[in-house]
Amino acid sequence: MSIFEFLLDPFDFVFMQRALAVTVIAAVVCAVLSCWLVLIGWSLMGDAVSHAVLPGVVLAYIAGVPFAVGAVLFGFLAVGLIGAVRDTSRVKEDAAIGIVFTTLFALGLVLISVTPSQSDLTHIIFGNLLGLSHEDLFQVLVLGTITLVILILKHRDFTLFAFDPTHAHAIGLNPRLLGAFLLGLLALTSVVALQAVGVVLVVAMLIIPGATAYLLTDRFGRMLVLAPTISAACAVVGLYASYYLDAASGGMVVLVQGAAFTLVYLFSPRHGLVATRLAAARRRKAASAPEQPARTHTLAG
Amino acid sequence: MSAAIDVDSVTVNYGDVPALDGATLRLNKGRICGLVGMNGSGKSTLFKAIMGLVKPDAGTVTIDGGSPAAARRSGAISYVPQSEDVDWHFPLSVHEVVMMGRYGHMGMTRRPHKKDKLAVAEALDRVELSDFAQRQIGQLSGGQRKRAFVARGIAQGATTLLLDEPFAGVDKRSEATICALLKELAADGAAILLSTHDLHALPELADEAVLIMRRVLMHGDPAVVLQPENLALAFGLDVMKRNEMAL
Ligand SMILES: Nc1ncnc2c1ncn2[C@@H]1O[C@H](COP(=O)(O)OP(=O)(O)OP(=O)(O)O)[C@@H](O)[C@H]1O
Ligand SMILES: [Mg+2]
Repeated sequence: MSIFEFLLDPFDFVFMQRALAVTVIAAVVCAVLSCWLVLIGWSLMGDAVSHAVLPGVVLAYIAGVPFAVGAVLFGFLAVGLIGAVRDTSRVKEDAAIGIVFTTLFALGLVLISVTPSQSDLTHIIFGNLLGLSHEDLFQVLVLGTITLVILILKHRDFTLFAFDPTHAHAIGLNPRLLGAFLLGLLALTSVVALQAVGVVLVVAMLIIPGATAYLLTDRFGRMLVLAPTISAACAVVGLYASYYLDAASGGMVVLVQGAAFTLVYLFSPRHGLVATRLAAARRRKAASAPEQPARTHTLAG
Repeated sequence: MSAAIDVDSVTVNYGDVPALDGATLRLNKGRICGLVGMNGSGKSTLFKAIMGLVKPDAGTVTIDGGSPAAARRSGAISYVPQSEDVDWHFPLSVHEVVMMGRYGHMGMTRRPHKKDKLAVAEALDRVELSDFAQRQIGQLSGGQRKRAFVARGIAQGATTLLLDEPFAGVDKRSEATICALLKELAADGAAILLSTHDLHALPELADEAVLIMRRVLMHGDPAVVLQPENLALAFGLDVMKRNEMAL
């Protein structure tokens, strides 16, 4: 088999073309959003929201309205509940997140189990890349485009919010609104990605690309290019792997992203483990005496 | 003329922890005021009240004779945060951080125009960081980091500058550079309120000093306010002894 046949054969099938389109769109949108999530420290929030949208999606399916509507509603419900439990009890935030999202996720599972003609819905949990319908593709295309356009147009505001919400407030912007906006986009993105890899694995696509890019550069602008590029490449490689190995497509895509992160974590030129260890060893050799901090006459503070 | 900053009997409680209890403070344009008080005396809370980050339970804050919200929208207020509050690993360059001072003057997408770039270049020049513009912010020294945030306020065109402990972790030389810069800004008409634990540098830098312990104990000439018997009021005697031993 020639290399061309190897690369082109899978896409003789319409279902594979759709799978490719949906995976790449999901990978790109998730990756762009993930740049902010990892820098704000919202990875767990991404985990929570992407799971908590499940009952919303199921209810939207039952009611016959777009998935996005239910997803956004339950995304905000989850964030609100997490905030309420954290602020009004002595339970810490990570526990509040764990309680809220697992409960909502469980609600989604229960709703699926009691809904007739549930086969469409079980796909949401693990993704069903190879069985996507024309409508699925359309929905992903529309939601993905909307999300991506908003993220790109407002990227400077979101970066300001992530870096220094106090300054955002000081110049008359509303950081709470910016945060809420970002969470709403997170819920939309979850809908896009759950078509591709399923609810369970969405969080991987929402964290890994941003974290990978963060290890590669000290420029946020470059992160916004690197993350989606790497993520899309991983999606394509994962899809081929799943086709030729006859393995689960969603799982394969995430596995390749994890592998890419591992490579970068080890070998990134500046922030990789190998580079930082080597630099530390060189510094130890070069260092003669540790520097003395300048003596200042200050009150103990 | 209305005061640049007018804090009138402001009370702030965090739950049942009182942080400010009827604090009153007026600061005019062109003046530098040093805020001195123990840890937990309410310095940062006073900044937050001026910024509108906490809502006072009682009292009012007025900036340039108007509401703090109006002052924020017009870009009049700039805040230099305590170092601990900044993520120094954030992948932004010095230039990009200073550009954030211009966002209030830009359109919806905050795309910088020529005048924004010019303002940033000028601000960087004034704080002597032009050569460091492309560095990631974490790759600056403590004093340079503070200057970068002051540059953000300059680029913004702020007339009220709030600096929370600008001299913490800053060596004497950088401190002198920052002091000279603040004096220039005050001479241009800015009102500058800063909190500090460096009592020795204060008379040289500030026009006024304020002793704070949940409320304003004393406000006046630094040389007078910083008299040991006055400091004892704000710090308690044991802290004063420790201070003398350290001198
Ligand atoms: N978010 C908060 N929630 C509850 N209590 C708070 C909060 N922030 C401050 N406090 C309390 O309010 C009081 C004043 O705190 P503040 O941070 O204003 O002091 P400070 O003078 O800035 O201290 P430092 O010199 O340590 O920076 C303290 O008793 C503090 O414990
Ligand atoms: Mg403080």
